[in-house]
Amino acid sequence: MVTEKTIREILSEVKDPEIPVLSLEDMGIIRDITISSPTEIIVTITPTYSGCPAMDTIADDIESALMEAGFSPTVKTTLDPPWTTDWMSEEGRKKLEDYGIAPPQKGSHNKRSLFGKAPEVRCPHCKSMNTAMLSQFGSTPCKSLYKCQDCFEPFDYFKCI
Amino acid sequence: MAQASEKYVLRLADNILILGQRLGEWCGHGPVLEQDIALTNIALDLIGQSRMLYQYAAEIRNDGSTEDDLAMKRDVFDYYNCLLVEQPNGDWGKTIVRQFFFDTYHYYLQEFLVNSSDQRLSEIARKSFKEVAYHAQYSAEWVIRLGDGTEESHQRVQSSVNDLWTFTGELFTPDELDREMQEQGIGPDLDVIAANWNKKVNEILEIATLQIPEETFMQSGGKQGEHGEYLGFILAELQFMQRAYPDMKW
Ligand SMILES: [Zn+2]
Repeated sequence: MVTEKTIREILSEVKDPEIPVLSLEDMGIIRDITISSPTEIIVTITPTYSGCPAMDTIADDIESALMEAGFSPTVKTTLDPPWTTDWMSEEGRKKLEDYGIAPPQKGSHNKRSLFGKAPEVRCPHCKSMNTAMLSQFGSTPCKSLYKCQDCFEPFDYFKCI
Repeated sequence: MAQASEKYVLRLADNILILGQRLGEWCGHGPVLEQDIALTNIALDLIGQSRMLYQYAAEIRNDGSTEDDLAMKRDVFDYYNCLLVEQPNGDWGKTIVRQFFFDTYHYYLQEFLVNSSDQRLSEIARKSFKEVAYHAQYSAEWVIRLGDGTEESHQRVQSSVNDLWTFTGELFTPDELDREMQEQGIGPDLDVIAANWNKKVNEILEIATLQIPEETFMQSGGKQGEHGEYLGFILAELQFMQRAYPDMKW
């Protein structure tokens, strides 16, 4: 008997192609799993950023992982409710910081003002709060670029949406 | 249940595809690496958002067309973007002013569309709005930095404000389709969007020590498919592969 748990275990091995320490589960992008027959599985995911080029790869990776396990998967996409960084798991946040990326702050669902102050972010290397934003836009759509004023290392901050 | 017309969805999509394409021209040419990355990130967001709209427009069209057909196989007169977004990048200041005018409009438009009576448009807007808020903040901050910067940056960015002002009226001038969408609760009352836009733009330009041009003549036609000379060149580049190798896939 196939259960959702079995499927989730298989999917926990599928990583975000751009941040390979995070699983899709950590990211909170798997929105639904429907088992329509013993072999047919429908996985519904939601995109992180609209232009995230990793989404197509993610869908392919889910399909391959399930096919390897003997299922015939279909991957669907849903937009609503829109993904928010609040859905990232605690474990995911911890892994992100260990990987050198400052995790997103909680409470991003509050409406942003047009002139919000840059959030205070902890340096993932030396844990100092004495950091400054260099650029709102970083190496991928989901990140801002920060620098630490104590250890002088630049780092990425996973920005809130 | 309310459903937008295909043309209305295409207008929304074309604006951000064309602006995304323009911003992409900066890739590798930005004044500093961080800003090069910022503009291409914004381009990526916009093109990603346009894909969701093209997918929807293709579903409304319902003749087997795909999002790619809509982006890659229409010619100039079937593109409904506003004239503002097709204006050339110019210098950094001009790109920023164009972005600021558009982002501010886009922000208030998305804010409305979040509650559009067209459920799909509402879903897409819920997704896009959070990204657009970042764009609007970014371009407004740059207008201030340049306007209240050096004598040269001030003068350059003021001349871009003067040049681009004439393309802003079109955003807020409703035509029959805009009114029809407004009546059905699908699209906004453009007077309301205009009031919000004017308030924000006035506020930012004042902080930036910039003047709003007195000239009031406004260009129009883009959203009806009447474009200036630039769009053809943009499409030639955007659509080159599909024109040279029809239906080729990546
Ligand atoms: Zn540090």
